[in-house]
Amino acid sequence: MPSIIKDRAIAESEFTVVDAESASVEGSNVLLPLAYYLAHRDQLKGRNDIGIWLEAGDEIEDIAEFANELAVVALNFPAFADGRAYSSANILKRTMQYQGEIRAIGDVRRDQLSQMAHCGFNAFELADGQDANKCLEALDAFTENYQATVANPEPLFRRR
Amino acid sequence: MYVYDKHDQQMVDERVSQYRDQTSRFLSGELSDEEFLHLRLRNGLYIQRLAPMLRIAVPYGMLSSIQLRKLAYITRHFDKGYAHLTTRQNVQLNWPKLEEVPDILAELASVEMHAIQTSGNCIRNTTSDQYAGVATDEIEDSRPWAELIRQWSTFHPEFNWLPRKFKIAVTGAREDRAAVQVHDIGIRMIEQDGEVGFQILAGGGLGRTPVIAPVIREFLPKHHLLTYLEAILRVYNRYGRRDNKFKARIKILVRAMKPEVFAEKVDAEWATIKDGPETLTDAEIERAKSFFTKPAYEALPETDAAYEQVLKQDFGFKTWIGRNVKDHQQSGYAIVNLAVKATSVAPGDVTDEQIDTIADLADRYSFGEIRVTHEQNATLADVKISELYALWKELCEAELATPNLGLLTDIICCPGGDYCSLANAKSIPVAEAIQRRFDDLDYLHDLGDLDINISGCMNACGHHHVGNIGILGVDKKGEEWYQVSVGGSAYSDAALAQILGPSFARSDIPDVVDKLVSLYVEQRQDGEQFVETFNRVGIAPFKERVYAAS
Repeated sequence: MPSIIKDRAIAESEFTVVDAESASVEGSNVLLPLAYYLAHRDQLKGRNDIGIWLEAGDEIEDIAEFANELAVVALNFPAFADGRAYSSANILKRTMQYQGEIRAIGDVRRDQLSQMAHCGFNAFELADGQDANKCLEALDAFTENYQATVANPEPLFRRR
Repeated sequence: MYVYDKHDQQMVDERVSQYRDQTSRFLSGELSDEEFLHLRLRNGLYIQRLAPMLRIAVPYGMLSSIQLRKLAYITRHFDKGYAHLTTRQNVQLNWPKLEEVPDILAELASVEMHAIQTSGNCIRNTTSDQYAGVATDEIEDSRPWAELIRQWSTFHPEFNWLPRKFKIAVTGAREDRAAVQVHDIGIRMIEQDGEVGFQILAGGGLGRTPVIAPVIREFLPKHHLLTYLEAILRVYNRYGRRDNKFKARIKILVRAMKPEVFAEKVDAEWATIKDGPETLTDAEIERAKSFFTKPAYEALPETDAAYEQVLKQDFGFKTWIGRNVKDHQQSGYAIVNLAVKATSVAPGDVTDEQIDTIADLADRYSFGEIRVTHEQNATLADVKISELYALWKELCEAELATPNLGLLTDIICCPGGDYCSLANAKSIPVAEAIQRRFDDLDYLHDLGDLDINISGCMNACGHHHVGNIGILGVDKKGEEWYQVSVGGSAYSDAALAQILGPSFARSDIPDVVDKLVSLYVEQRQDGEQFVETFNRVGIAPFKERVYAAS
């Protein structure tokens, strides 16, 4: 199980990301690819020991109807400069009112974490070579932000 | 002018610390070139041909004399004693040292300045009309809105990693001096049934694929500005192309989807956040406006007797007034444009001494403020008519009084191959060669308004697509060539210039411009400007003249 940052602490992950080839309905404590989950939803419905993961280009709206049944929704960053998952997380949290864990996976690095947290990510599976303690500190790089975000639902102008 | 509160100040201070840490991680080898590239770009630092280049944000072009003096100090202390005014109202340093950039940022932060998001695939500095608040054709001052957008877009956590760079411009006047039609988002303040709101354009731009932006919303009530912008950005962030950087700008998405469909998609997204917490409150709008109130104008008559007298006697002064000075909203005041386009100086370059002089002049003549224009000039917005003559004499002394605003020699020009590593060709020597050829001021004034825009490559920082005459540096088998186009405009009648034909060697460019201009002089009717003649006669006669076998 990989080390992750979850809810501002370093933790052991209870879930492992699996790709389409190794996915199976028998597996437990796994994060399944969206397409696999959708194809096997009849068998997987109601299971709370699995979650899913989405590619950056996947439509987050595809999980609207059942998102809150899932313990974890992981969003992949194929490269740290690919910002699509920030929008997916925002929609998942703010529009779809998802209550579970949103985990950043893939190319997840220190200088992105505070932005991710503002968009609704509360768990981070770090890219290789990232120092988890430094990453924890980076979550607090900025005291304030101007916008309405998941972390700060009121924009600064309503709090000034 | 906007004044930071403790939150604004804390954010720029924390950014300096964050960037200092990123720089030291890069220097120690902890960050790779590629990772640091993205981080330094978001702070305006390019690695250039000869040295790094640091782009400093000047929100909607406004600077105080205190900030100017700090810039002069920075150019002296950390650079080679000059700075460059850009076509997006920013300021660039051409010779900073990478390891000293955090110190430069700390100096900037001490006068409420920064380099945040001046590059990289994120929302860039919001630009506006350099005459905002003083223009006679104004519907409403655009600066409070530009400031609200600046704050909303600064470190927006969702939109820091867009498919490509993203530029927003706002105008509150009838004449478009902010080039809103060639921005990713253009915002025009308009009046409808007695209410002032925004017309929203999206998907304009220059670069490789120049596009005039379509209107995607005819009227947006003021309070919804930020939620609507958020909806546009979200659609773009999700669906803009990321597979090909040349097709990644929002203009490609808007065109591929069709503007109507794009607008529907934005509306659907907007419906989920409309009236949410980011909806502007009356209190916030008033707070933003409170920073842009009218300065302490004196009650003055329309004009001044001594001024009228000297206008009759001093032809040089009269020429300068006619060209560089514009009417003001307030009786007894005028808008003064300083020309930063003297021949033999790169267009937009100002020395540290000139910056200090401008700061002093701003203090003595214009309430301590200046504006940087997207034509790469500087503006003193609030000068008493009775003091114009004294100011002019001081500007002459400082070589800032060339009466060429809007004339052929007021060339808009990117730094080009002399500095920029993206450039295919040099642009500054081309500008200088044209300025040298056209050194007869009487002839220039007879030619009237004529924009020449020069870009050293497709990225179009010199906005060549919207020049009346546009010049683009191209690379042909390792040699510098120049493609010339004609008939563009950056104003309310925005139009993209048409390419004349095969490109030219650098040494031919002054001749080509000469031929284009002489054809205009022969063909013009009843006081037509260059672009009006072009619109009437079309490109064919220009082509013929330039390519005719001599």
